[in-house]
Amino acid sequence: MKTKSGIMRLLIKASAFITFAALFFIIAYIIINGMPNLKPSLFALEYTTTNVSMFPSIINTILLVLLTLIIATPIGVFTGFYLVEYAKRGNKLVEVIRITTETLSGIPSIVYGLFGMLFFVYRLEFSYSLLAGTLTAAIMVLPVIIRSTEEALMAVDDSLREASFGLGAGKLRTIFRVVLPVAMPGILSGIILSIGRIVGETAALMYTLGTATKMINGFFSSGRTLSLHMYVLSSEGLFVKEAYATGVILLLIVLLINGLSTYLSNKLTKGRLD
Amino acid sequence: MKKISFEGFMKGVFMLCATTSILAIILICYFIFSGGVPFILEYGLKEFLLGTSWRPSNTPPAFGILPMIFGSLVMTLVAVVLGVPIGVLTATYLAKFCDKRLYKILKPCINLMAGIPSIVYGFFALVVIVPLMKDVFGGTGMNIITASILLAIMILPTIIGLSESSIKSVPNSYYEGSIGLGASHERAVMTVVLPAAKSGIISSIILGVGRAIGETMAVILVAGNQPRIPNSLTKGVRTLTTNIVLEMAYAADAHREALIATAVVLFVFILLINAIFLIVKRRTLN
Amino acid sequence: MDKIVIRNLDLYYDDLHALKNINMDIKEKEITAFIGPSGCGKSSLLKSINRMNDLVEGCRITGEILLDGKNIFDNDVDVNVLRKRIGMVFQKPNPFPMSIYDNIAYGPRTHGIKNKAALDEIVEKSLRGAAIWDEVKDDLKKNALRLSGGQQQRICIARALAVEPEVLLMDEPTSALDPISTAKIEELIQQLKDKYTIIIVTHNMQQATRVSDKTAFFLTGEVVEFDETKKLFSVPKDKRTEDYITGRFG
Repeated sequence: MKTKSGIMRLLIKASAFITFAALFFIIAYIIINGMPNLKPSLFALEYTTTNVSMFPSIINTILLVLLTLIIATPIGVFTGFYLVEYAKRGNKLVEVIRITTETLSGIPSIVYGLFGMLFFVYRLEFSYSLLAGTLTAAIMVLPVIIRSTEEALMAVDDSLREASFGLGAGKLRTIFRVVLPVAMPGILSGIILSIGRIVGETAALMYTLGTATKMINGFFSSGRTLSLHMYVLSSEGLFVKEAYATGVILLLIVLLINGLSTYLSNKLTKGRLD
Repeated sequence: MKKISFEGFMKGVFMLCATTSILAIILICYFIFSGGVPFILEYGLKEFLLGTSWRPSNTPPAFGILPMIFGSLVMTLVAVVLGVPIGVLTATYLAKFCDKRLYKILKPCINLMAGIPSIVYGFFALVVIVPLMKDVFGGTGMNIITASILLAIMILPTIIGLSESSIKSVPNSYYEGSIGLGASHERAVMTVVLPAAKSGIISSIILGVGRAIGETMAVILVAGNQPRIPNSLTKGVRTLTTNIVLEMAYAADAHREALIATAVVLFVFILLINAIFLIVKRRTLN
Repeated sequence: MDKIVIRNLDLYYDDLHALKNINMDIKEKEITAFIGPSGCGKSSLLKSINRMNDLVEGCRITGEILLDGKNIFDNDVDVNVLRKRIGMVFQKPNPFPMSIYDNIAYGPRTHGIKNKAALDEIVEKSLRGAAIWDEVKDDLKKNALRLSGGQQQRICIARALAVEPEVLLMDEPTSALDPISTAKIEELIQQLKDKYTIIIVTHNMQQATRVSDKTAFFLTGEVVEFDETKKLFSVPKDKRTEDYITGRFG
């Protein structure tokens, strides 16, 4: 009996060890091999075929993230409002929206990429552009924002809403002045998760944003993001050192995003216990 | 009167936003299917799905995607075989064997793992796993095993995330009941708690399968990308996803349509997997 | 002068007939207590008076409730203004997770008061009215959630007073509090009688005798007896009332 338990325990601990060892090894390997390659020249304003600067990609990534969030956040949060604060339970429309949202979150990025290409790039004739990339990315992160908004709103105690209504406040005021402030950390962490998703995206953007090497200078301008840049470098095989360096920057961004998200969710639970 | 109409107006705005996701799904379905189905109908569904030869540049061109279906399925299968046991046991560790301080550090690590871009994983596999495979098995090192190992690592956070919260939500009374009868901690967890979390764990596996089948960029760097059904795991393959990306850039006319048709097949696979997931989830709620 | 008149009121939660043919007159500036065993409709009636039941799905009401002679269910009644005139204090204290000041100022701000000086005055007046001004005046920016349960409930009372209601509905306001806080709040309710018409739902019969002028005894959705508190508790007219107050059930 005892040895059986002992073996079980060993297997469980070994599995956990494998998981976390893999994680740390990957991060460490990339950072250790990438740091020496992080030359200032890689942050030059312009990309040339000899100096594959990642700076334009960084700017493009920032632009894409900002624009996508500007579009997706209001739509996603307002959807959450409707689903939680307005719709009656058992409402058919709510059921349908939940299913479509779940489905959207399972679609592979290559399918999004092709859709974006067929619809935005070709049919709407935006061609490879910031606009096409943004709209595609916005659809991709919409389910994430909707889900985290929903969860955050549902976690707000109903008695707060009752108190507000009891004082004669209408629904809008109650949502914006009482419910939303309490739900904010949860919503924010959904937004931050979306940022991570956009930054890490490759396939969907390849066919909508394009892989041009320049900095984006307009809605119809094309330019690769950091992840795309790393993909091109990796697959061409000519600039392995630079690929490492790009990997380091990407990892740093992800670490930052994750740290923020953890901080926010700690704040959420702390606020609840207060 | 004025206040009422503004409230009503905003409710309308919120409802409109809510219908965006329905609109998005409809658009995606329309464009993907209308982009690929005509080709399938013309070429023949059986020839497309079961054809073993993918030679777009032949005359006449051959567009059989069975090798790619095979590639996707085998790769996913091996990844699941490797990843699920490790993932579920790690989730068990986190939920039942880990002390509180360590948990505070390790749980965010899982979220971190989920957030690492697939290209970073792919690059890592390219520079570490591929040379390793080369030494051990010879050849180019870019094959099913390499890609499967990579996929296994990538789906770990998906499996761990959902499994862990399922295990955690099993009522403590089950565990206590088992312990009260004299079972060891390990036995109680493995024989009572885990089975009770079955639905959640299965859901997480389904999600993991979905993620593995849909993965493109990481796999493309290390899978070899030969469009054929191999006779060993140490040979290279293409998947439905990598097939599209490899040739889209220069494909024209029928070739391009064939690639979009590949996406249709992928899409249908995913919709099926999603449907299974939703059914399982609904059953757990009941 | 009858502040509130309830006429032939029936209330249904889907198929459950929760209130049956209620008829009641509530006089101005009196304290009326609703007593009765759990689930007999006291809270449901209370929540109908300020139309909080509008928020409950599947709730249907027939009949009338007149406030100063006007039916609150008429189409031209603005329910938000109604809830300004009829304030509510809930069983479990539910201050907003904001500063004490912002909690009290929330109601006035909702109804259009933006001037800081005016708000300052209202906040002080309300906190005094709830007998808690001296305890909190030095730190109005403090988060209301950091106060004790009894203090939180008085903040909620102050918050309700801040919109200058005519009627105060209190749904078991002290059942979640300790005896000392309960005593303080009962004292407060007595003081409030001079300015407000108060209806209080309570499980505690001693509280009803201590605090109210009139009492209504509810049983399975009906008002069995409604009389002056002294009379109802000493010479109840209905046997069921007598059984309840002597503790034979409930």
